[in-house]
Amino acid sequence: MSDNKKRQAMNHDAYPDNYIRGILNSVKSIAMVGASPVNVRPSYFAFKYLAQRGYDMIPVNPGHVGKELLGKPFVASLSDFGRPIDMIDIFRNSSHIMPVVEEALTLDPLPKVIWMQLGARDDAAAAKAESVGIKVVMNRCPKIEYGRLSSEISWMGVNSRTLSSKRPPAPTQGMRLSLNRMSVGGGDTAASDRAAKNKSEQS
Amino acid sequence: MSDRLPGFSTLAVHAGAQPDPTTGARATPIYQTTSFVFNDADHAASLFGLQAFGNIYTRIGNPTNAVLEERVAALEGGTAALAVASGHAAQVVVLQQLLQPGDEFIAARKLYGGSINQFTHAFKSFGWNVVWADPDDISSFERAVTPRTKAIFIESIANPAGSITDIEAISTVARKAGVPLIVDNTLASPYLIRPIDHGADIVVHSLTKFLGGHGNSLGGIIVDAGTFDWSTGGKYPMLSEPRPEYHGIRLQETFGNFAFAIACRVLGLRDLGPALSPFNAFMILTGIETLPLRMQKHCDNAKAVAEFLAGHPAVASVNYAGLPSDKYHQLARKYAPRGAGAVFTFSLKGGYDAGVNLVSKLQLFSHLANVGDTRSLVIHPASTTHSQLDDAAKIKSGAGPDVVRLSVGIEDKEDLIADLEQALAA
Repeated sequence: MSDNKKRQAMNHDAYPDNYIRGILNSVKSIAMVGASPVNVRPSYFAFKYLAQRGYDMIPVNPGHVGKELLGKPFVASLSDFGRPIDMIDIFRNSSHIMPVVEEALTLDPLPKVIWMQLGARDDAAAAKAESVGIKVVMNRCPKIEYGRLSSEISWMGVNSRTLSSKRPPAPTQGMRLSLNRMSVGGGDTAASDRAAKNKSEQS
Repeated sequence: MSDRLPGFSTLAVHAGAQPDPTTGARATPIYQTTSFVFNDADHAASLFGLQAFGNIYTRIGNPTNAVLEERVAALEGGTAALAVASGHAAQVVVLQQLLQPGDEFIAARKLYGGSINQFTHAFKSFGWNVVWADPDDISSFERAVTPRTKAIFIESIANPAGSITDIEAISTVARKAGVPLIVDNTLASPYLIRPIDHGADIVVHSLTKFLGGHGNSLGGIIVDAGTFDWSTGGKYPMLSEPRPEYHGIRLQETFGNFAFAIACRVLGLRDLGPALSPFNAFMILTGIETLPLRMQKHCDNAKAVAEFLAGHPAVASVNYAGLPSDKYHQLARKYAPRGAGAVFTFSLKGGYDAGVNLVSKLQLFSHLANVGDTRSLVIHPASTTHSQLDDAAKIKSGAGPDVVRLSVGIEDKEDLIADLEQALAA
C-alpha cells in the first residue's frame, strides 16, 4: 500500500493501536502549543507526564515567554525553536487549530506528527497536514494513550484494550514503558468510537 | 503486531491481569493494604490532584481491584470500570453523579426487590425521585420523561421472573430524552448479553451473583460505555463543571470517554466510601475466569429444569424465556441467543401453601436469598425478597403469592430434576 493510500484510509474516529503506538514509539521531541504553567490544567500534567517518560518537551505559549515550565523555557511560536521538532501537540480549542497547523506547515523540516488534544478536532486542518505527509491524531490525549498502551492507566480501572503474559520490568521513577503489548483491536470499545463519530457527524 | 479482538473466554482469563513485575507471580496478587508509599512530595501531590497514574489509598483504588475493573470493562466492551462493595453501592454511586436533589430517574417496574426498596425509600431521603415505567410497554418510558429526568434504569434480564427487556427500544427513548441508559446486567452477565452493544451508556452489576459465581463474596461494579456526552446543557455538573475538591478540574474535559468512571471513583467512592475488599476482588476475579463455562452450564440446566416443570401436573405455569411458548422468547432469541439465564419463576396450582411445602421438601436446592451461585437455590419471593411490597406491587413485579423462584446451579441436571420431582410429589 502506498503512503498516499494509507493516508486516505485514516479513520479519525477510531485509530488502530498500531498507528498511535508507532507515533509514540518514534517521536522524541514534542512541542506543546498552549502549554499552561497552571498546575491544575490538563496541558500542565500531560506536559509533565510526557517529560517524565523521556520525551524532549518544549512549551509554546506567547503569554509566558521569559518563564519556564518544569525547567524548560517557554517559546512564543513554532518558528522560535531553532531546531527540528518531531511532533506538535496542540492544546487549543477546535476553532484555533487551523492557524497553528498553517504555521507548522511553514517549518523546515516539517514535523512528522500533528496531534490535537482530547476534545479538539479540525478535519480541514488535518487534511492539509496529511496532504504533505504529516501524520495526524485528533481528539486524543498522548498521556492517556501512552498510559493505555503501556497499561499503566489500568491502575485507574481503565480498559487498556491490551493483553500481555510477559513479566514487565520493576518500575523505577521516570522510566520509559514498553508500549508493545498485544493489542485487542479497539473493537471492544467500538461503542465509544461510534458515539464520537455520531457526534462529529452531527456537529 | 496486528490489532485483533480476542474472544470472550480469552478476555475472561487475561484482561487486566499481567505477571507481577516485582515477584513474577502469575495469579493476581491480593494487595491487602490500606495505603501506598509515595516516591516523594511531588509524586504525592500529583496523585492527589489526579495528575498521575498510581495508588494512594484502597478507598480510592487498589491494584487487585483494578485488575477486576479492567477485566469487567473489557468483557462488557466499556472504556473503564469501578468496583465497589456491592451491587447496591454501585447504584448509589452511579446516581450520585447524575442526580441533584429534586431530580428524577425512570426505572423499570420489574427489578430486584432490593432495588425497588432502595429506589423507593432510601433514595427519597436524598431527594432522588424514582418514576416507574413498565418494561413491557415502551411508551410508558416516553410518557415518564420530564425536564427533571436524569437517567433511565432497567435490568437486562429482570428479577425475579427472568423476563427479557428490550434494551434497544428503551435506549432509543433515553437518547431522545438526552439522558443515559443504565442497565443492571447482573442476571445475564456479559457472557449472555452485552448491553453496551444495544445502546446502554452505563452498566452495573452485583458481582456477588454470576460473575463471582460461587456465593462467597459480595461486590458490585460500574462500567462506563464511554458513549454519553456529559457536557451538553450543564445537565450533569459533576462531569462538566469545575470540581472544587480537585482545584477546578473538569472531569469530562480531562478524562474524555472514561470520565464517568473517574467521577464515580473520585467523587463517589472516595466520598461515600463503599470500597471493595481486595480479597473479595481476588475471589471474584477467580470466578470470572470460568464465567463462560459456568454460564453455559447454568443456562443448559435451567432450560432442562424449566422443561421438566412445564410438563408437571402440579405446576400452573413456568416463566422462562428459554421456553418457545414464553412471552419473552423472541426477545431472548435476539438478546441472549446462548441461553436465557438461570433465574426464573414458576407458580404452583396449590398456591402459597404448596410453595412453602415445596421449599421445605427440597434436598439439593438451598432455601436462601441469593442467585447466581454454583449451587441451585430456591426462594419464595412473596415472603422474602419482595415481602416489603404491597400485594399489587408484588404481582406487578412478578412475585405473586403462588410464585417460586429458582436459581439453577451447575450440578447434574438429572439430580436437580429428581429433587424437584420428589418435592412436588410429597
